[in-house]
Amino acid sequence: MRHTEVIKVALVGNPNTGKSSLFNQLTGLNQKVSNYPGVTVEKKTGVVKLTDTVTAKIVDLPGTYSINPSSLDENIVLQTFLGVEEKEYPDVVIVVADVENLKRNLYLFSQIKDLEIPAILVVNMADVMQKKGITLDIELLKKELKSEVLLISARKKLGIEEVKNAIIHYEKVDKVAIANIAERINAEFFKKLKDNFQNTALYKSWLLVTQHHNLPNLDRNLKQQIENFKVDPSTLKKMQNRETILRYQYINGILKKAYITDVNAATGLRFKLDRLLTHKFFGYVIFASILLLIFQSIFDWAGLPMELIDTTFAQFSSWTKDQLPTGVFTNLLAEGIIPGIGGIVIFIPQIAILFLFIAILEETGYMSRVVFLMDKIMRRFGMSGKSVIPLISGTACAIPAIMAARNIGGWKERLITILVTPFTTCSARLPVYTIIIALIIPDRRLLGIFNLQGLTLMALYLLGFTSAIISGLLLNHILKVKKKNFFVIEMPNYKLPSVKNVLFTVIDKTKAFVFGAGKIILAISIVLWFLASNGPSSYKNSAEIIAIEYADQNLSKEKLDQYIATYKLEHSYIGIAGKAIEPAIKPLGYDWKIGIALISSFAAREVFISTLATIYSVEDNTNTATIKQRMGAELNKETGAKRFNFPVGMSLLIFYVFAMQCMGTLAIVKRETNSWKWPLLQLFGMTALAYIASLLTFTILS
Amino acid sequence: MTTTIADLLVGEKGIIEDIPFDSVPLKLLEMGCLPGKEVELLQIAPFKDPLYIKVNGSHLAIRKETAVLIKITKIKNLCDILKS
Repeated sequence: MRHTEVIKVALVGNPNTGKSSLFNQLTGLNQKVSNYPGVTVEKKTGVVKLTDTVTAKIVDLPGTYSINPSSLDENIVLQTFLGVEEKEYPDVVIVVADVENLKRNLYLFSQIKDLEIPAILVVNMADVMQKKGITLDIELLKKELKSEVLLISARKKLGIEEVKNAIIHYEKVDKVAIANIAERINAEFFKKLKDNFQNTALYKSWLLVTQHHNLPNLDRNLKQQIENFKVDPSTLKKMQNRETILRYQYINGILKKAYITDVNAATGLRFKLDRLLTHKFFGYVIFASILLLIFQSIFDWAGLPMELIDTTFAQFSSWTKDQLPTGVFTNLLAEGIIPGIGGIVIFIPQIAILFLFIAILEETGYMSRVVFLMDKIMRRFGMSGKSVIPLISGTACAIPAIMAARNIGGWKERLITILVTPFTTCSARLPVYTIIIALIIPDRRLLGIFNLQGLTLMALYLLGFTSAIISGLLLNHILKVKKKNFFVIEMPNYKLPSVKNVLFTVIDKTKAFVFGAGKIILAISIVLWFLASNGPSSYKNSAEIIAIEYADQNLSKEKLDQYIATYKLEHSYIGIAGKAIEPAIKPLGYDWKIGIALISSFAAREVFISTLATIYSVEDNTNTATIKQRMGAELNKETGAKRFNFPVGMSLLIFYVFAMQCMGTLAIVKRETNSWKWPLLQLFGMTALAYIASLLTFTILS
Repeated sequence: MTTTIADLLVGEKGIIEDIPFDSVPLKLLEMGCLPGKEVELLQIAPFKDPLYIKVNGSHLAIRKETAVLIKITKIKNLCDILKS
């Protein structure tokens, strides 16, 4: 076997510089998404073959303006250079910069360069230079920055080969610090710093001292060393500010010589679009129309594939049961694993469509305008303009939505967003809503136009959204979290979305959901299956018990099996749990069978329907009726009336609007807030709210 | 009375005089919003907050609570000079 060299490349850059485009151009489909250890930040890596013997392993780091992080995602960049083991440390860094805003991009570049690591500056969007009246002296930049500098256009696929070439020859790039501002910040301090951390690049030591609280994985000895090197925090902060100023002075000095821009070539289109999109009337109208379009598309386009997935998995499950020999393993497969996976896959169409829209809105630059437009309004409810994205995503699934809240800088705003997002109507509630609405609301038109069932569904959506907003308002007053303002957003220039970037984002996000949330949903499905198919001694002996009980009635084999099945379910662990909570849920109008379904739906809300289907199918021997027919036929044993009458149906709908019926979300909230306090607050708070609201609904209506 | 970014009218420019480094996010400074830089107010969001500014070649949105902290001197434009 021939020996191949693998070069570890880190790709960094400001957001909106076309860093992802370059990554996609370099690696094509040879990329994979995993998680950074300990945190749920996505790690994108790709492999590119440079020559027969040399390949590059490229890590696409989250976009950032500085190595000093202001969010979880940005922290990854810092950790890559300071908190990782030797074998993960990059050999060479590619800093992608936008030619239009070279000054700010060089700020990050100079920080990276000062780490004394080979760095290549890739100036992107060269194709717009002429239009914007920019001239750039590349040779001078190379000399001043003591680095390789390349001019490319990732979008037009220009200069990609040169980038690959530069990676191959990375060892030729100088490994020296460039800004040399330490002396001017505080000569005495930096001398002490240098003596204290020998054999470490000075800028690295500086980052260790200023950012060690963001580096949880540091070696214990090093941690001790940092502790020993005591500095007053306010002095540090002052020096940090001084660093920023001096760094910019240094950059300005270089750019004065190397970068000329003709101011008259400024863009008029950006100005006009900004005017329109952030207009106090049209801005909101446009935003509302886009939202409407998104929701409409989610329902219109996802309906068919979802139905297909549903029936495919149901058929596959029964096919497995027929093919394999009966036994525990077959049951686990057919009743636990396959429906569990089906329960994840069914969300893919909606999530993919939603992220398609979100990716387009972000790529074009429109999302920043929405943040700008909504910030003041959202702040009244304790959130930030950036909370709009999680709240919209929550209509597909709360799990990716809560992860999207990470971009919100302020902790209080982020926390409130995380806490209220589960109120938005996620797609798992939809099957529950649709079937119950179909059972209790007549399919009639109001005033000849509005469909009553449709109106009810809309009302439920609005109720969910309103509760999110109102809880935000309450939490804003209740939560005593120190408020610190982090709100600075860049308003990027408008551009046409790149199909490749959008598609890759959709694939990434969908994968992240399937493998992140999917694992949890699947695990819970299996646990619940176990609880439903096992029980104490009375469960195990159900066949005999039934045989004895009905011995004198001379029942047919089928009838007897059916009685046994019912008895089994009643005496399984989950049946016992359902019966145990019956007294508590009786005031809401539910019996123990609904209780079982409520408990099972902790895996994912839509499991409510399939559980009821299982329960009723056990009792039903025709086996041909649909879930809806079975539910409609179910009677209340005490009153003899239909089980799913109007008050019970309404009470259930209201329950599902408010209740925190999703373990997956709870697990994600735990991970994102790093504490059990917040998911437990959600669980108990929302369940209590759901209980009271359903109790009121049922009492008033019946 | 001191003038801050929040006192600019849309389209007006100023030179940043002073920034209370401790009270504004470091990110803002790192975007190049520093003393001596020219700042232009491009737009104000409905409900008068946040503000959309251009500074050091960056287009940024900042909240009013941050804007009132950043002291500036207004640059008079040609029309003002002609009027006076």
